[in-house]
Amino acid sequence: MREAQALVALRGVDKVYSNGVVALQGLDLAIREGEFVSLLGPSGCGKSTALRLIAGLGDLTRGAIDWADHLSSSARRDIGFVFQDATLMPWATVFNNIYLPLRVRGTPRAEAAPRVERAMEQVGLAGSGKAYPRELSGGMRMRVSIARALVAGPKILLMDEPFAALDEITRFRLNDDLLQLWASQRWTVVFVTHSVFESVYLSTRILVMGARPGRVTAEVPVAVRSPRDPTFRTSNAYAEQCRTVSARLAEAMQP
Amino acid sequence: MRVGEVPVYIVPGPIVIVQTLVRDWGTLYPSLVVTVLITLGALTAATVLGVAIAVLFAQSKWIEQSFFPYAVILQVTPIVAIAPLIIIWVRDTATALLICAWIVAFFPIVSNTTLGLNSTDHNLLNLLQLYGASRRQVFWYLRMPSAAPYFLGGLRISGGLALIGAVVAEFVAGSGGIQSGLAYRILEAGYQLQIPRMFAALFMITGTGILIFVVLTLVNHFALRRWHESAVRREG
Repeated sequence: MREAQALVALRGVDKVYSNGVVALQGLDLAIREGEFVSLLGPSGCGKSTALRLIAGLGDLTRGAIDWADHLSSSARRDIGFVFQDATLMPWATVFNNIYLPLRVRGTPRAEAAPRVERAMEQVGLAGSGKAYPRELSGGMRMRVSIARALVAGPKILLMDEPFAALDEITRFRLNDDLLQLWASQRWTVVFVTHSVFESVYLSTRILVMGARPGRVTAEVPVAVRSPRDPTFRTSNAYAEQCRTVSARLAEAMQP
Repeated sequence: MRVGEVPVYIVPGPIVIVQTLVRDWGTLYPSLVVTVLITLGALTAATVLGVAIAVLFAQSKWIEQSFFPYAVILQVTPIVAIAPLIIIWVRDTATALLICAWIVAFFPIVSNTTLGLNSTDHNLLNLLQLYGASRRQVFWYLRMPSAAPYFLGGLRISGGLALIGAVVAEFVAGSGGIQSGLAYRILEAGYQLQIPRMFAALFMITGTGILIFVVLTLVNHFALRRWHESAVRREG
C-alpha cells in the first residue's frame, strides 16, 4: 500500500566509493508525496550519500532507485537541492544566482524575472536582488540558496544539513520559515540532519540511520499537529518525541 | 654641482637625463612606439592564445598532461638563447620580436587560467549537473567566471613579461645589427658612450612597464571589485 504511493524509493541500494569505503549497504527507503522526511544519523552514516543518489549525483553500486510512474524522466529533473553551505556564485548578484536553474533551462530573463521575484519574496529576500553574496550574512545566503532551489517549482526538495553551519537563532528562524513554506506549497522534502531536535521539529517522519555500513535502523513517525509553531519547541509532546528519537539514534550508534 | 663628483659618463644626473630625453625625443619616441607596439601585440596574442590553450587543457586532464610540458619547456628555455634562432628563422623582424615576446608572456596566462578553470566549486558543478546543464552552459556559467580572477592575475604578470621579452629580443636583434625599438637605442648609445641617452631610454622602458602594470591593476580592480576578496575593501 505504502510502496504504491512512493514518489521515490531506494531498494537495496549499496554504494561503495572507489577508495573501498562502503557508504551504504542494503539501504531501503521510500519517500511519499507531500512528506517531510528527515534522514537522521551520526556523521559518516551515508545520509548525505543517500541524498546525492536520489538527486542523481553519482552511481549506485547495487540496487535501484524507483520513481513514481506518473513522473516523466524530465519531471525527475524537478529537484531542488540545498547544500550545507549556500554554494552561491560569488560573481553573480542574488537575482542571477536564483535565476540560474531557469537560465539553464533556457527561460529568457524577462520571463523568469517574476518567478525569481516571487522566490525571493517567499524566503524573505524581497528587494535584495542586486546584492552580491559576500555582502550578505550566512543566514541570508542560505535563504538565497533555498530560493534558488524553489524557483523552478520542484517536485521534491533535497536538503543536505542546510542549517548546520548557522547560529541557533538564525537556524530557528529558518526552520520556522521553511515549515511555513512547506505548509503552503506542499512539496516533498528530504532533509538530512544530525540534530535530533531539528528533525523532530520539522519532519512528519524520521528515518534513523546507523553507520558503517550505512542503513536505516529505525523509522519514527512524528505524530503531532503540523504545521508547527515556536510554542511547539517548549511543549511536552516535543520533548517526548525528542526522547524517543534520541533513544533510536543511540541504538543506531551501537556497534 | 654633482654629488661626489661622479662623472656624467658613469652616472648622469636626473637633470641631464631629462635634458637628453627632450633633446633626443625625435629619435627616442619612434623607438618607444615600436617597442610598445611589439609589447602590446605580444600581450594580446598571449591573452588570446593563452586563454584558448587553457580552455583546451580544461577539457580533459589527458590533454592537459600531454601538452602542458611543452608550455613548460617554452617557459624555462631562456629567451636570450632562442631569440637569435627565431630572428634567423623569421624573415620579418617585427614578427620575430613579437614571437619572442609572446613566448615569454603566454605562460602565466595559460597556467593561471587553466588553474582557474579547474577550480570551480564542485557543489556548483553538481548543481548544474542536477539541472541537466550542457557542457557549454557549465563552461560559460561557471568555469569562465570562476577563472576570471586567476586569468587577471596571470595577465598582470604577463604584461611586464611581454615588455621584458620585447626588449630582450630587440637587444639580440640589435647586436646582430638589426635596428628596432628602444633596446637598439640603448645599444647604439652604449657604443657611442652616450650614457645619458642610455639612461633616458632605460627610464622610458621602466615607465612603460609601470604604466602597463597600473593599467592592468585597474582592469583587475574594476572587473572584480564587487565580488572578489582581492578587490573588495575590507570592512574595518
